[in-house]
Amino acid sequence: MKKSVFFGTLTAAGLVAGFAAAGTLDDVKARGELNCGVNTGLVGFAAPDANGNWSGFDVAICKAVAAAVLGDPNKVKYVPTSGQTRFTALASGEVDVLARNSTWTFLRDNDLKLDFVGVNYYDGQGFMVPKALGVSSAKELDGATICIQTGTTTELNLADFFKANNMTYQPIAIDSNAEGEQQYLAGACDAYTTDASGLAATRAAFASPGDHIILPEIISKEPLGPAVRHGDNQWGDIVRWTLNALIAAEEYGVTSANLEELSKGSANPEIDRLLGTAGDLGPMLGLDNLWAKRAIAAGGNYGEIFAATIGESTPIALARGLNAQWTQGGLLYTPPFR
Amino acid sequence: MAFVSEPPRQGFRLSQLLYDTRYRSMTIQVVVLMMFMAVAAWLVDNTINNLADRGKDFNFSFLGVRSGYDIGQRLIAYDSDSTHARAMLVGLLNTLLVSFLGCIVATLIGVFVGVLRLSKNWLVSRLMTLYVEIFRNIPLLLWILIIFAAFTEIAPLPNAFKEGGGASLLLFDSVAITNRYTAVPDPLFSRSLGNIDIGIFLISADLLAIVAAVAAGWYVNRLVLRRATVVQNATGVRPVTWWKTLALWTLPGILTLAALGFHLGLPTLKGFNFTGGINVTNSLMALWLALSLYTGAFIAEIVRAGVMAVSHGQTEAAYALGLRPGRTMSLVILPQALRVIIPPLISQFLNLTKNSSLAIATGYLDLRGTLGGITLNQTGRELETVLLMMLIYLVLSLMISGAMNVYNASVKLKER
Repeated sequence: MKKSVFFGTLTAAGLVAGFAAAGTLDDVKARGELNCGVNTGLVGFAAPDANGNWSGFDVAICKAVAAAVLGDPNKVKYVPTSGQTRFTALASGEVDVLARNSTWTFLRDNDLKLDFVGVNYYDGQGFMVPKALGVSSAKELDGATICIQTGTTTELNLADFFKANNMTYQPIAIDSNAEGEQQYLAGACDAYTTDASGLAATRAAFASPGDHIILPEIISKEPLGPAVRHGDNQWGDIVRWTLNALIAAEEYGVTSANLEELSKGSANPEIDRLLGTAGDLGPMLGLDNLWAKRAIAAGGNYGEIFAATIGESTPIALARGLNAQWTQGGLLYTPPFR
Repeated sequence: MAFVSEPPRQGFRLSQLLYDTRYRSMTIQVVVLMMFMAVAAWLVDNTINNLADRGKDFNFSFLGVRSGYDIGQRLIAYDSDSTHARAMLVGLLNTLLVSFLGCIVATLIGVFVGVLRLSKNWLVSRLMTLYVEIFRNIPLLLWILIIFAAFTEIAPLPNAFKEGGGASLLLFDSVAITNRYTAVPDPLFSRSLGNIDIGIFLISADLLAIVAAVAAGWYVNRLVLRRATVVQNATGVRPVTWWKTLALWTLPGILTLAALGFHLGLPTLKGFNFTGGINVTNSLMALWLALSLYTGAFIAEIVRAGVMAVSHGQTEAAYALGLRPGRTMSLVILPQALRVIIPPLISQFLNLTKNSSLAIATGYLDLRGTLGGITLNQTGRELETVLLMMLIYLVLSLMISGAMNVYNASVKLKER
């Protein structure tokens, strides 16, 4: 009997090990749910509403991937991750994809064994100060106390920026955006620094956003994008091309309004391939042919998502800037769907 | 004839391992040990395999790499060009600082409250009970957060200290309590002896000189007291020594300070913040206070238990000899109570030191904040940093425990 228990345990352990080694796509399909790592709460990018429904720019990526893979944009389990826990959560398999305004860097891509599949927001680090401080440039911040989220690239940029300009500062390490907001509003720091988009989102949530200004200096390049584990190329391709599909849809003029009409067939063969009317791109990814159509139907194309979550008509009021299509002078340029 | 037959002499049989009480306990121990080792081996093997699967290796070379981040409070020279190893050292020193300060204040609070809780004064004893019950029954993290919040929300901004800002400095314009830090004067020496470089960091020669002078005074004072005892034993009259003691405690330090040209650098508001003094951050103050108050409540209970463990006859005997209550406590009760107090007190010191890793809640960069926080994140070496951190806390705790055991040996009942 002892023997049988022992071998039983061995078999179970072997099964678990075998299961863990299978592809992420199979895992997600078997689970029927996508585990998506998001911010613990950054208005516009990822934040739950009063009913616990998540929405935002990063959340839209989760929804699009879930729609493409599982056929339902709501089959997502959102896992809030802090700046400190996000990569561990991804590496350990707790989440399948990390859509959490994370900067794509060499070190993270190679040393942390992650794969950033693209850029969904081109950002840069900025500073926010109260208007009453009377500061109009980051170069005037010598001697200031600065709140900074620990475990982020901003921490390193800040050190480099002050060193390069021969200035001193007093860093106050904080763990989450909410804590930074509280410390900043309490006056525990003169300035709050993070990605400019994050500053705009944070300021939008203030009681009186007009009392705070974002300084003009952008001190770094912060390409933010979704990340997956290194080594599962199929899954990486799915997330990459889902993002590309959203961007391409905007470029070709596919919107949630004309999606049904265009999927019956259009004059542009590229649109036909994208929406699965012609060609068989989907099976090459390991999905069906309508994957991109479902992804676009989940929240509209890139431009629609941007406008609905962080665009100029929202309280966050971010301009497209670098995040416009390449045809509009921006940096968004997806490889062709062929 | 009837005789008791000898038990059959058989060789050792395997079934004896299970059914023979002489061997059974041994069998169980061996089986449990093997299972334990199998689980440990499985864990290690699993870790190695998982690391290999992810293409990660296990090495500590990241410690020698440039850290790239700044640390607010640093006791030794450090900037973003320093290595991760040095950042770790800065964090370790911050941990040691807050633990050391916390242990001292917690002990003072604990002894004070523990003794007062036994007071015959109804109000005093109830107040102390209230303190103990409130502090030890609410999680430490909440105390840290609430004390930190009190500092940030209640104290004025540094800007408020400008002309007409409404806030003013305390203690002859030398101390400013702001919502970021408490600015206190910086001790300066006009005839400084400089610093001694011991390789890793600099040690102030001035500090060493002062410590040496005070230690010498303390040693001479002991000689004086010992001589007084000898005289008392010989003649029955104890010579008056209080003025010698007072002089030996104070004069060496004061004279050294004067010789070194001691003066205070007062904090002045310049730009955003106070400069010229030492800015003791609120994260340190809040953490220190919370750790002290929380652990102090536990120590108070230990002290109370220790005092109550000394039989009441001791007190009565001391009163019969004519000792006043205060001296009875300090000369008769506490020395005996210490035997009961010290062992659990060690645990409290260890708890305080380990609890200081909650520092991250206030943004105080201790070992957990530097090595286990920023370094872990920036290098992605979770396993290495966490193992290293565990090792450091373990060594730290063993050292505290060892030192306290030595002290315990010196106060425990001497059995001859």
